[in-house]
Amino acid sequence: MTTRTVGEPIARREDPRLLTGQGRYLDDIGHDALAAAFVRSPHAHARIVDVDVTDALDVDGLVAIYTHEDLPGRVGEPLPVLIPHAALTEPRTPYALARDEVNHVGEAVVMVVATGRDVAEDVCERIRVEYDFLPPVVGIESSRDAAALVHDDVPGNVSAHLVQEVGDARAAVDAAPHVVELDLEIERSASTPLEGKGVHARWDADDRSLRVYTSTQASTSVRAAVAAKLELPPDRVEVIAPDVGGGFGVKIVHPWPEEVLVPWAAIRLGREVKWTEDRREHFVSAAHERGQLQHVRAGFDDDGRVLGLDVTFWHDNGAYTPYGIIVPIVTSTQLLGPYKPGAYRVEFSSLYTNTVTVTPYRGAGRPQGCFAMERTMDAIAAELGLDRTVVRERNFIQPDEMPYDHGLTFQDGRPLIYDSGDFPATLAKLRKLVGWDEFETYRDQARAQGRRVGIGIGCYVEGTGVGPYEGGFVKVETDGTVVVATGLTTQGQGHQTVFAQVVADELGVGVDRVAVTTGDTRRFGYAVGTFASRAAVMSGNAVALAARRVREKALRVAGEALEADPRDLEIVDGEVRVKGTPGATIPLTTVAVLSNPLRYAFDAETERATQFASPGDPDQPPVADDDEPGLQGTDYYSPPRSTFANGMHAAIVETDPETAEISILRYCVVHDCGTLLNPRLVEGQIHGGVAQGVGGALYERMVYDDAGQLVNASFMDFLMPYATEVPAIEIDHLQTPSPLNPLGVKGAGEAGVIPVSAVLAAAIEDAEGIRVTRMPMSPSELHHLRERSTNEEGPRR
Amino acid sequence: MKPSAFAYHRPGTVDEAVATLAGVGDDGKVLAGGQSLVPMLNMRLAAPAHLVDVNRVDGLDEVRVVDDGAGASVRVGAAARHTDVEHDAEVAAVLPLLRQALEHVAHPTIRNRGTTVGSLVHADPAAELNAVLALLGGSVTLRSTTGSRVVNASELVTGPMQTCLRPDELATEAAFPVPQGHTGTAWTEVSRRAGDYAVCGVGVLVTVDDELRVRSARAAYVSMGPVPEVLDLTEPVAGIAAGGARPDEWAAAGRLATARLEPDDDIHATAAYRGHLAGVLTARAARAAAERAVARAGDTTGAST
Ligand SMILES: Cc1cc2nc3c(=O)[nH]c(=O)nc-3n(C[C@H](O)[C@H](O)[C@H](O)COP(=O)(O)OP(=O)(O)OC[C@H]3O[C@@H](n4cnc5c(N)ncnc54)[C@H](O)[C@@H]3O)c2cc1C
Repeated sequence: MTTRTVGEPIARREDPRLLTGQGRYLDDIGHDALAAAFVRSPHAHARIVDVDVTDALDVDGLVAIYTHEDLPGRVGEPLPVLIPHAALTEPRTPYALARDEVNHVGEAVVMVVATGRDVAEDVCERIRVEYDFLPPVVGIESSRDAAALVHDDVPGNVSAHLVQEVGDARAAVDAAPHVVELDLEIERSASTPLEGKGVHARWDADDRSLRVYTSTQASTSVRAAVAAKLELPPDRVEVIAPDVGGGFGVKIVHPWPEEVLVPWAAIRLGREVKWTEDRREHFVSAAHERGQLQHVRAGFDDDGRVLGLDVTFWHDNGAYTPYGIIVPIVTSTQLLGPYKPGAYRVEFSSLYTNTVTVTPYRGAGRPQGCFAMERTMDAIAAELGLDRTVVRERNFIQPDEMPYDHGLTFQDGRPLIYDSGDFPATLAKLRKLVGWDEFETYRDQARAQGRRVGIGIGCYVEGTGVGPYEGGFVKVETDGTVVVATGLTTQGQGHQTVFAQVVADELGVGVDRVAVTTGDTRRFGYAVGTFASRAAVMSGNAVALAARRVREKALRVAGEALEADPRDLEIVDGEVRVKGTPGATIPLTTVAVLSNPLRYAFDAETERATQFASPGDPDQPPVADDDEPGLQGTDYYSPPRSTFANGMHAAIVETDPETAEISILRYCVVHDCGTLLNPRLVEGQIHGGVAQGVGGALYERMVYDDAGQLVNASFMDFLMPYATEVPAIEIDHLQTPSPLNPLGVKGAGEAGVIPVSAVLAAAIEDAEGIRVTRMPMSPSELHHLRERSTNEEGPRR
Repeated sequence: MKPSAFAYHRPGTVDEAVATLAGVGDDGKVLAGGQSLVPMLNMRLAAPAHLVDVNRVDGLDEVRVVDDGAGASVRVGAAARHTDVEHDAEVAAVLPLLRQALEHVAHPTIRNRGTTVGSLVHADPAAELNAVLALLGGSVTLRSTTGSRVVNASELVTGPMQTCLRPDELATEAAFPVPQGHTGTAWTEVSRRAGDYAVCGVGVLVTVDDELRVRSARAAYVSMGPVPEVLDLTEPVAGIAAGGARPDEWAAAGRLATARLEPDDDIHATAAYRGHLAGVLTARAARAAAERAVARAGDTTGAST
């Protein structure tokens, strides 16, 4: 057997290239392209009265200035609502360039094209836009009050309202022996990839074809969207995601205004045009996430079992809803995590505000849901004086209840059914890893030294690998190279490594022979995109299925050559051989040659494959009716529904009794994403997720003032954690394979981030003895929380 | 985020540099390490028509300890990097406060480029070195085609990011005086992330007498007002045993700081929290400085016997 690589922690094959500066990101493309820049609204809510370009016209190097008036046909129509939903009764999307109203600071109003970005920015500075101010709606409370409206035809600022209920939850709460009630708040954060968005477009007028490079998570859909907007046949549009420096959700949204405008301008001007988003633009014109207010009522029995759970929450969707209401739907369904309340009711309102649009950011509504559920579990434990892990365990869905149907509808429109998982086993591993039972001893020791420490825990279930499908293409070249293509994109996950591992194992070749291409519509046309922790599940299985087709053909062709039954053949180290018969072998390269009868011999390899050289039956066509030339195959994987990964995190924190600084002493993760294709990559995903989670829990927030200005729109004041702020992460795995797909895998991309705010809130609460209901938490806020609690309850402990 | 076009000048001598500055008038800016200026250019918060790069000016990159009779001082040239000062062994021996503070200035990569003099004339109210200069009573030398003047710390900084420099002046050197007597220093601060500008930062200088009792204590603060704030803490701690004082004895110094300072709110911290921090950090820094003063006094006594 060739050494199997699936399951091995092999190093990322893309790293040498990326780490030595050989990466090719959007801004590395098109050095001679014209540059675009945008005049963006400095106001949160205003009517555009006039755009005056007079002062800008004499800037050297100016090529074009466009406003909404210049946009023809569909380019001038509102951008699409990508994911409509029956509950989204008032969807609103922006125009590529604002028409007569702006609804958040940063909305694009004027597009400038010039010989260089510096020149384009000079031009932008000289364009005067006159506005009539409208009252800005900032924050969930003011949106809910609806004293002012974001869109004057959307009453109450409500874009969507949805109730899901299983059983009679309110009655169950009312009848329960104990009830806790919590008001919770999670603030905004954002994906904040280090590479912002960017688009480069080139129109070939003779060929009547358009090539677009864009830093996206969904190149095939961008292609369809651009073709539709520009009224081009999709066949004449190519969209390629080059190396992408992070996405985390924000780049799944499409088409961004710039993805329409840059190609449109390139066609109109007959010149290459490029736009590279700068950091400030990204903060004010891309997308944010997370902001929610939540109200939870939970009724439970003396053992802490939840009899009824009644959740209402208000979700800030920003100024528009281009990506529908996926985020609050995910919150409302994934909130349940590993638990099975007796009855569940969830109601949400998705609200407009005059702030940047909200679309999924890694975790996509789950961190908020997990926060609500886990804060509730801790409150129940506190109420009953029970150990927090015990309360959780009593509410777990048990392994023998799998598959478990919650009776709810998930984000993919399918029933919310957990396929597999062993929650008690995960918890047992975590308790051991973090030393849950020894913690009180440690707390006492720390207290004796004047130190204050606390421990927290959080559990989550993550629906991953949502459909509808992905495809894979696998081809063995005559030189032995195995070419793999899949349509979804890569933004740092390591797909060049992991898909190669899958294909290498299926075909019995070394990983180093396999070259993987992603996100290039020239190479694979049908795809959905990289989001919802779906790449390994969807494309992983698709390339496995495609490779199996290739393997089958290789064995058939080799069987004919070796005069052996294909069932007696195996592929080892790139050679097909008869099992147990040394010497009876044929290299896969030769099989590739044989599988393609040629007319012309242009080298030694192909000489052996010309139609005249091939033996075969002279009465049969060289390519049989049901066959095709070449050693290649395409297949698709389409799951019945999502597969559910799960995990549990625990953290030990220390809070400085004087300065209120919060430090994470230990951070432990037990994670179950089914079969591990590559543990190193999974751990990398967990590290990145936890780092972003720590950011959301202790550092990051979007600070809007009452006028709707984002006052911290830079990396100086938006506190993304440095390596110094991210703790060492201790990881243990469980592998409960998914019964839903051939590889048995579940997604892992978002898991790390989901419970971090819940876990750190719990740990801070435990250290301080003060209930924590809102995150993130800064030292300044902890200080004031202490003061308030001392004033209300007298000194603590 | 691309700066608008500017003319770039790279003088080789101080005379050439000041002549260039005089020539470009109000439209020029000195470019030192670029760690503060370049982001401002990119964000178009500044758009000078001329940049005068002083990185290749002869003789500006020196870090020296000078004793000119009036007392020793550390002299830092305008092209010397934070790193050069931080890692100079002689400087660390005579004036440990510089290294103590510099360790809190940004990150090593930024200290490798950013200059100490550039930081002083940039006059960010959160800049550690302005507080150090103020605490020690140091000064900066300014040169122009019309001559040279020496301004002390309080003259230099006139407001947040505002100084007494004229557009034609080049800061050539900073002088940090070495304090007399048995002294100890400490720098302590709280910042949101490692290397960020402080939410509250304090440097303390404690002098002890031969009985190792506190003779005087002074503190300087960053991020606690528009300019570095210097407080005399002597009154509440005078005469206490510098090596063995109880925490509550130092807390008195902290209370004084909380009472005197008038910080502002910002998005990272409330004024009340800053005031509270000033109290905590003052007590901690004063205690650490006093312990170092005792240790140094012991060293000198040891050396003289
Ligand atoms: C991420 C980050 C974090 C930082 N954190 C801190 C911190 O915690 N504490 C801190 O103190 N600083 C911090 N800084 C600022 C850093 O110390 C800068 O290097 C310093 O403030 C300016 O030095 P520079 O040599 O880079 O000056 P430049 O950026 O080149 O210039 C700054 C200003 O001073 C003027 N100037 C510079 N030199 C002269 C001169 N010789 N004569 C006349 N004018 C001159 C320039 O014209 C410009 O206006 C940080 C910077 C960054 C990027």
